Amino acid sequence: MAVVDPLIELRGVNKHYGALHVLQDVDLTVGRGEVVVVIGPSGSGKSTLCRAMNRLERVESGEIVIDGQPLPDEGKALARLRAEVGMVFQSFNLFAHKTVLANVSLAQIKVRKRKKEEADRRSRELLDRVGLAAHAEKYPAQLSGGQQQRVAIARALAMDPKALLFDEPTSALDPEMINEVLEVMQQLAREGMTMVVVTHEMGFARSAANRVVFMADGRIVEDRTPEEFFTTPRSERAKDFLSKILKH
Amino acid sequence: MDVLTDNFSLYAEGFFGTVELTVYSSALALVLGFVMASFRVAPVGSFRVFGAVWVAVLRNTPLTLLFFAVMLGLPRFGLVLPFEVFAVLALGCYTSAFICEVLRSGINTVPRGQGEAARSLGMSFSQTLGAVVLPQAFRTVIPPIGSTLIALAKNSAIAGAFSVTELLGTYKTLSELGYNIVWTFVWIAVGYLIITLTISAIFHFLEKRWGVAR
Repeated sequence: MAVVDPLIELRGVNKHYGALHVLQDVDLTVGRGEVVVVIGPSGSGKSTLCRAMNRLERVESGEIVIDGQPLPDEGKALARLRAEVGMVFQSFNLFAHKTVLANVSLAQIKVRKRKKEEADRRSRELLDRVGLAAHAEKYPAQLSGGQQQRVAIARALAMDPKALLFDEPTSALDPEMINEVLEVMQQLAREGMTMVVVTHEMGFARSAANRVVFMADGRIVEDRTPEEFFTTPRSERAKDFLSKILKH
Repeated sequence: MDVLTDNFSLYAEGFFGTVELTVYSSALALVLGFVMASFRVAPVGSFRVFGAVWVAVLRNTPLTLLFFAVMLGLPRFGLVLPFEVFAVLALGCYTSAFICEVLRSGINTVPRGQGEAARSLGMSFSQTLGAVVLPQAFRTVIPPIGSTLIALAKNSAIAGAFSVTELLGTYKTLSELGYNIVWTFVWIAVGYLIITLTISAIFHFLEKRWGVAR
């Protein structure tokens, strides 16, 4: 698909886990302000793709460019670039030894070099935005999964990132908590945040995505608008996948 | 009882010699152990190798041999220091290998995702280690670090063989003076108990204060 103003570009990306070829010549471009949902069967490489975009997984060949800059090797330059690309994990990964407020403030102070008061003020704004201002002094373990994930989103937003990556953000949540997280994500999408979302939530893909990328066996099989993808999938692989998950 | 009351100043001198050796060596061991543990998990390969060699060499050398190497070896390279300093060096370096491994196992108990989250926010390796991973590792390593430092306190007895004033060494003087050897050693043992139980108490307190409830 043609993208006007590319923010994240992957060209010919390859990665192996031992003998398993998890990413096979993957090309993907995400435009500024675009919401791209990546779906596919488990083991198709979608999480790896997401993690490769800020080099939590290193790739063997190919090029990954963020806002015109190729991803550098591990070091200061990579850290700077990662600060521009937020990440939300399946297992939340909130810092267990810090309060909710400190979780959101930590990287602002360490990386953005903000004063503690300034960082805390910003953190409270963001916590308010995700509906958790009242829980600022609690520890992560005292919150429900949905609340923890919303804190994790606030923590990523605190860096004022250019894009957010979501690696199955609702897969570890109880069903009744999924919506509170999806609502926050919907709101971000409406506000024009560039997002790459790996998910199994087809409802979110339909309502919030500009594009749906379907992956299978380490390849991008389809890359189309949600409307087209869900009504008339082209590939057999996608038809099979959709028939399995949309049956109920 | 006479042994103690008659020779209290001698005992006290030995006791504080051991305390001094323990405190300085512990400080050195903790600092070096911390640095080596950081090396062993560093993203730079040569640092990891250095840390691994440090641990392998020091952990697998008998402490007495290490004392000989430091006391007799270093002066040959023109490094002449008081025996007390050599003793602290030998004890500190030796124990740092154990501290390093304790810290590293603590680091390994911190879930991978914690470090990944920190890195994804743009934090550097040292920020990630210092602000996220080590504070969580610290809570789990309090008990084994206590054990290691207790072992260090007792290992300091070897320094006595190299004419450093310390608690065990007092027995030589006392037995020459003709005191009952059993009681001499009983009071030496009491001295060591005071030191080791103090270390236990400190670490018990630290664990209460900082340890994680699971």
